[in-house]
Amino acid sequence: MKELIDRLKKIVGDRFVSEAPEERYIYSMDMGTMPASAPDLVVMPASTEEVSKIMEAANAHQVPVTPMGGGLVLSGLTRALKGGMILDMKRMNRITEVNPKSRYAVVEGGTSQGMLQAYLKKNHPELKHSVPDAPPIATLAGNVCIHGSGHLSVLGGYHSDMLTGMEVVLPTGEVIRTGSCSVSSDWFGKAPLPDLSGLFMGWAGTTGVVTRLGIKLFPSYRYNDLLIFVCDDAEDMPDVISRLTSTQVAEDMTPWMTPIPEWARGFMHINIAYGAHSKAELTFKRNLLQMSVKAYKDKKTGGFLPMPPPQKNRYMKIPTPDLVRFADVRKGGGFEYVGAIMAIEHFAEAYRAGVEIAEKNEVSYSMGARIVGAGHSMMFFYAYAFNRADQADMARAQKALEETNAATLEMGGIPWKAELPAQQQIIEKMAPDTFALMNRIREALDPNHIMNPGNWERA
Amino acid sequence: MRGIAVEAIKFDPEICNQCETVDCLMKCQYIEFTDVAEAKTEKLKINAGEHSRVLDECLTCYACQEYCPYDNNPFYLLVERQEQLGLLPAPTPIVTEQLKMMGPKGKIQKEAVTPPVVNMCAFPMLTGSVRGKLFEGASVIVGTDIFCNIMWLHFAKNSTIKERVPKMIDNIMDYYLRDSGVDEMVCFHDECYGTYTNLAPAFGIEVPFKSIHLFDYINDRLDELADRITPLNVKVAYQRPCSNRLIPETDPVLDEILEKIGAERVPRTYDRENALCCGGVPRVHQRDDLADELVEKNINDMLDVGAAYCIFNCPFCMATLGQEVAENGIMPILISDLVQMALGE
Repeated sequence: MKELIDRLKKIVGDRFVSEAPEERYIYSMDMGTMPASAPDLVVMPASTEEVSKIMEAANAHQVPVTPMGGGLVLSGLTRALKGGMILDMKRMNRITEVNPKSRYAVVEGGTSQGMLQAYLKKNHPELKHSVPDAPPIATLAGNVCIHGSGHLSVLGGYHSDMLTGMEVVLPTGEVIRTGSCSVSSDWFGKAPLPDLSGLFMGWAGTTGVVTRLGIKLFPSYRYNDLLIFVCDDAEDMPDVISRLTSTQVAEDMTPWMTPIPEWARGFMHINIAYGAHSKAELTFKRNLLQMSVKAYKDKKTGGFLPMPPPQKNRYMKIPTPDLVRFADVRKGGGFEYVGAIMAIEHFAEAYRAGVEIAEKNEVSYSMGARIVGAGHSMMFFYAYAFNRADQADMARAQKALEETNAATLEMGGIPWKAELPAQQQIIEKMAPDTFALMNRIREALDPNHIMNPGNWERA
Repeated sequence: MRGIAVEAIKFDPEICNQCETVDCLMKCQYIEFTDVAEAKTEKLKINAGEHSRVLDECLTCYACQEYCPYDNNPFYLLVERQEQLGLLPAPTPIVTEQLKMMGPKGKIQKEAVTPPVVNMCAFPMLTGSVRGKLFEGASVIVGTDIFCNIMWLHFAKNSTIKERVPKMIDNIMDYYLRDSGVDEMVCFHDECYGTYTNLAPAFGIEVPFKSIHLFDYINDRLDELADRITPLNVKVAYQRPCSNRLIPETDPVLDEILEKIGAERVPRTYDRENALCCGGVPRVHQRDDLADELVEKNINDMLDVGAAYCIFNCPFCMATLGQEVAENGIMPILISDLVQMALGE
């Protein structure tokens, strides 16, 4: 190990390699329920060249490498399950290009959501990117790689759908590019080439290290507004969502159902965000959204919450602070959720399952969803807060999470950014030949099995 | 504890039978009638508990309470009929969720108070307005446990008013006034004053304390603080709220206040008896087109008369219209804050 550490220090500098116990402790866990698993060391590269050299060194020493962005995945995907090094990408945080006409940005692998958000606000106020409801230090690359979603997902799909290209250091140290940037100096998109980006998205860091990526940008509007639809029958939700998305004017739609505060218990809410260049356009879009669900208004079974502009502000913050508030409801810093990627028509079933599991396990819960595309699917989330200092509370949350994962798969959904036990549940349901292909691909990319080992492996 | 009021709304059908002008409907700014005869027919249907298009089309602006020359409570009766016939103006989930949201939380605690006791109703975000010389020594009471509950008139929920208002009155007495030996309270908002001085008697609900309207309180204080006043010399447009329709006798007091602080209440088209709804309630009723129209009319009217400030006494009106007013170059401000400007506070 000493030989490796010396080699790493030569690559990144002494200050950016650490085997200090306190560092290893901090990097051993995230805020979720997965048990701690400490790395042997932490390395912080500053360039693609350094990442490439690190991977060569790791291969030479057969030492596992776990790439990490913000470390906020909550499902323990950036824990060093078999030791080795955490490759913390945060130093690679440069925004290398913004193309305002073709609307994309190229950023390094450790660039955070907050950095790009602030940069665009200052330098390109006419543009914005899709921001996930995560703390601003969450990285763009990390979120794209887990098929994240955000406040423009009705407009643009999953964040992986908004990817225009990647620069990736393979487990063996080669630097490859996917998308147009592999042929051209422009990072406009993945078409018309074979889409090799798929080799790195959804793989939980087991196939390579993303050092640069291009992402789509969208128009930033001067006028923005929000509607909140309310009904009290979960069975109505798929139809309501379908109607609202059919207007094709919303940027974001996020249903939420929570027992806290008490007045909200039992009601289904859908926050619908939209923007426009003028007030007239904004009103036109609002009217389209309202007209789409007129049938519910006429039956008096649903409608839009009356909300004067000052009250809307808290709901229009990007990212939303509400989830963070809920995350600390039990105090003690424990929070995890199951994001179930599933078809819209399972909404009511998913809601009922969530209430049942939470009540059975006596856990604090909040449920919601993010609609992706024009109602093409949703990320239905079951969020459980727990007190990390209270083992019994944590165990209840863990059990609720496991049961939720099982229920998700039973409903035909798939747990998002699945933690280890959920990965096993998915593998059990996955077509065997598909899983075999995944293994063959990884064998080809990572012959020494050094990339985030322990993930996507049959137990 | 007095529990739920069981008395019917004070209303005499004979007065309506003999009424020749039907002002309650003929003066309505939102529903058209071909002539007095048609209005009377619709009014008599309402009185008889039958369906009338008025029950569907009503904006719930309270204005008919003011228009009736006989104080025969036409609006309270209309809301009673809406509820009896199941004609909720807003979608059911909106109503039921609001009922929970604005319901008493049981978090009230006994507190000693000293006059003036200022009731801020369910608007804790505005308690900062009770400050300075104007409110020197004031005790503030606030929260959903003392919420006046008059908003349910907009939701066809007289039953909620009958159930909750007596409890709120009991809470005000039991937790604040009685033990402190105080028997009067300043109502910061028209809603509260309207509830305790107009709605409660009409609903047969006893009120054991004296309510003082904010305008009366400010007007008296300005006399005491006269040497501190620096005239503002500004033109103000007043957005008269629906709840002031219940207590029109307080409107001239505002004129006195504005005169004392050197502000001119510019003669808007939509002021006094001709005041227009701010647009907030139609949005509750999912009538956004109408709400947009009302907002536009109000703003254009304020611009036409060259108002520098738009003054509000209703927090909901201010929340609804404030941003739009500001975007059009007019400063939205609560009346108490405008007065404090004149007092140099």
